[in-house]
Amino acid sequence: MPADFYLKRLLRAATLALACLGTVAHAAGEAVPVSDDPELEARVLALSHNLRCLVCQNESVAESRAPLAVDMRNQVREQLAAGRSEQEVVDFLVARFGDFVVFTPPFKATTALLWIGPGVLLVAGVAGLALRLRRRLNETPAPLDDAERARARALLAAGSSPEESRK
Amino acid sequence: MKAKFLVPLAIFLLLAGFLAYGLKLNPREVPSPLVGKPAPAFRVAQLQAPDASFGTEDMRGQVWLLNVWASWCVSCRQEHPLLVDLGRRGVVPVVGLNYKDAPADAMGYLAQHGNPYTTIAVDPNGAVGFDYGVYGTPETFLIDRDGVIRYKHIGPLTREKFDRVLMPMIAELSRAG
Repeated sequence: MPADFYLKRLLRAATLALACLGTVAHAAGEAVPVSDDPELEARVLALSHNLRCLVCQNESVAESRAPLAVDMRNQVREQLAAGRSEQEVVDFLVARFGDFVVFTPPFKATTALLWIGPGVLLVAGVAGLALRLRRRLNETPAPLDDAERARARALLAAGSSPEESRK
Repeated sequence: MKAKFLVPLAIFLLLAGFLAYGLKLNPREVPSPLVGKPAPAFRVAQLQAPDASFGTEDMRGQVWLLNVWASWCVSCRQEHPLLVDLGRRGVVPVVGLNYKDAPADAMGYLAQHGNPYTTIAVDPNGAVGFDYGVYGTPETFLIDRDGVIRYKHIGPLTREKFDRVLMPMIAELSRAG
């Protein structure tokens, strides 16, 4: 039984070590939550993932370490804590930084091309393809003239007797 | 039908045209939603006179520039000689907004490079800057007599840009009314 006993202890130690490593990596990789309320923190993070950090442009406010992103996260946290809705916070930021601050811009005249452009391209492509295929279906091949007919006959005759063509 | 082989070439040229245009755009210049809207009001302490305050109300009836700067901001140094020149010639009142800076550093910077500002408001934690949608210093706002933001320039101001864009606007706004 001692072998089994040692194996169990070893496994337990290994699990413990892994767990420790896991927490260390976790602490190093993510920002420490600032507020005590995990539910609020989850909302702050969810909202900041859809906000663009204007300093580093393709990074979200949730991921960025730029001072402006920190300010924006703090604003989001403060305002959500004060009982404002997600939409109100987004409107507040858009009023200051413009539509560019959200990763999903609102649908309006200036962004219409952005939103419907790909759809229009897809429809145009499919329509063009359908038109082309239909035209090809309706096309009847031109009838052969006498010279072509004779040539075709000669080719067919040659193909039917391979021994002869090899000579 | 004969020119069908030219279609890919035409598409290529169109695409190349778009890409060439895209190269000239500056992705850092995000149009500000604040242009055409009243400048967010604030009243904060002055850098050189911490007991005195500066507020947007003080500039009512004047066309002025609000320049957001900091001593740690490298590209602010690039535009600084232009601002000093504007201040010396008295072209337009330039109010500085000292953004997230330590007062001692800011004073040292001005002593070294000259002070182009009529007044300097301090914004130690960036709260005023946030209301103005500041995301990269230096930024310069042109504000009219009624306190409406007419133009926003992001990044260091160049003489070329000032003469071509800002100066005509300043002249126009000063004349009107």
